[in-house]
Amino acid sequence: MIRLVLPAHLRKLAKVNGEVHLDVTGQVTQRIVLDALEAAYPVLRGTIRDHESGKRRPFIRFFACEQDLSHEPPDTALPEPVLCGREPYLVVAAMAGG
Amino acid sequence: MSGVRVLVGTRKGAFVLTADGKRTDWQVSGPFFGGWEVYHVKGSPASPDRLYASQSSGWSGQVVQRSDDGGRTWEPVGNKFSYEGMPGTHQWYDGTPHPWEFARVWHLEPAPGNPDVVYAGVEDAGLFRSDDGGQSWQELPGLRTQGSGSSWQPGAGGMCLHTIIVDEDRIFAAISAAGVFRSDDAGQSWKPVNRGLQSQGIPDPDSEVGHCVHHVARHPSRPDVLFMQKHWDVMRSDDAGESWHEVSGNLPSDFGFPIDVHAHEPNTVYVVPILSDGEHYPPEGKLRVYRSRTGGDEWEPLTKGLPQQHCYVNVLRDAMAVDSLDDCGIYFGTTGGQVYASADSGNSWAPIVRDLPAVLSVEVQTLS
Repeated sequence: MIRLVLPAHLRKLAKVNGEVHLDVTGQVTQRIVLDALEAAYPVLRGTIRDHESGKRRPFIRFFACEQDLSHEPPDTALPEPVLCGREPYLVVAAMAGG
Repeated sequence: MSGVRVLVGTRKGAFVLTADGKRTDWQVSGPFFGGWEVYHVKGSPASPDRLYASQSSGWSGQVVQRSDDGGRTWEPVGNKFSYEGMPGTHQWYDGTPHPWEFARVWHLEPAPGNPDVVYAGVEDAGLFRSDDGGQSWQELPGLRTQGSGSSWQPGAGGMCLHTIIVDEDRIFAAISAAGVFRSDDAGQSWKPVNRGLQSQGIPDPDSEVGHCVHHVARHPSRPDVLFMQKHWDVMRSDDAGESWHEVSGNLPSDFGFPIDVHAHEPNTVYVVPILSDGEHYPPEGKLRVYRSRTGGDEWEPLTKGLPQQHCYVNVLRDAMAVDSLDDCGIYFGTTGGQVYASADSGNSWAPIVRDLPAVLSVEVQTLS
């Protein structure tokens, strides 16, 4: 089970409280996790990754295990503590603006 | 008993303001979608409890919301706006070709006769239509590809399609900074209708396209008569856009954003003059709506109840609306967060609310 934390504005949009728990199998990558998230919550499609390109939106960041994974290739495996549910995978609204 | 529902989009959410036909005691609900920019909220003429809202943010892009109970509850619908085919390029600010990229929905226009049909005007300029209540969106690409699209250039606020006027087969769309376009076949083919516009800020002042049109309005009883607030100049067309002539007359400034027409007097028009393109506030710090009862040229200031000193707010292009009660109500919102209402055709005004986030849009529904 993957533990995923959404930023507040997307938790509200998706009508979820706290962490999202996703059951995914096989090699678990950022792309697989985000695909599973969007399948469970279709309203999030286009709000984290661009509809057309599939790329991360510019002011969204992905963190885990105190590392910034935002620039990692989407098919790179996630860190082991995330895979075993010990650490959450964080979708973060970047600090932007004044 | 009759009443009104005012739909307000702001920089940080949407608000719904309701009153009975007297329009003196108001109930304010919201914010809906707090923290998100709401460029526009509009109700279906065919089914007034069906509302659509454009919700967007720099972090998470576009969401479209729909309500079927007059704004009490909302559900997100489709947010995928894909340009048809290879989108191609338009001109960028530096004159280089720039790929067409979807940024946001500026305006939602429910079709007159069917609550499930709704049009969306977007940035980068394009017109989309949904036939399923907003669940899915298809571009009407003939507008973007009618020939001049590659020469369109964004205005300071972005290259937005901000005005949509729909008859059955005839549609008008206005784009900043390209101009007005008309389709006579339900959006399949389009032509620019800008003859008579003069814009000093472009290389050819009377070019066929390239004009910074801020808003267009008309009265439903006279479908060929259009009124336009351009970047500079208030304009009028009596032939569905085939030709335009200036009706700025005695306005203290002919720069501004909104323009609207009285619900029962097709020749009564309202604008809010703004000092200049560099100074987006009213002349002399006095917030004045100007009314013409002659279809333009002769304008009178309407000031009763509006601040007449130290007022430096703006009124954006989609932030004025009229109701259709017997004594027509006029409404507008400001970048200072005030929403003003007049229940007597503009003779006197009072704020409904004073301290909302900056107002982006105001629409009103007349309820029976």
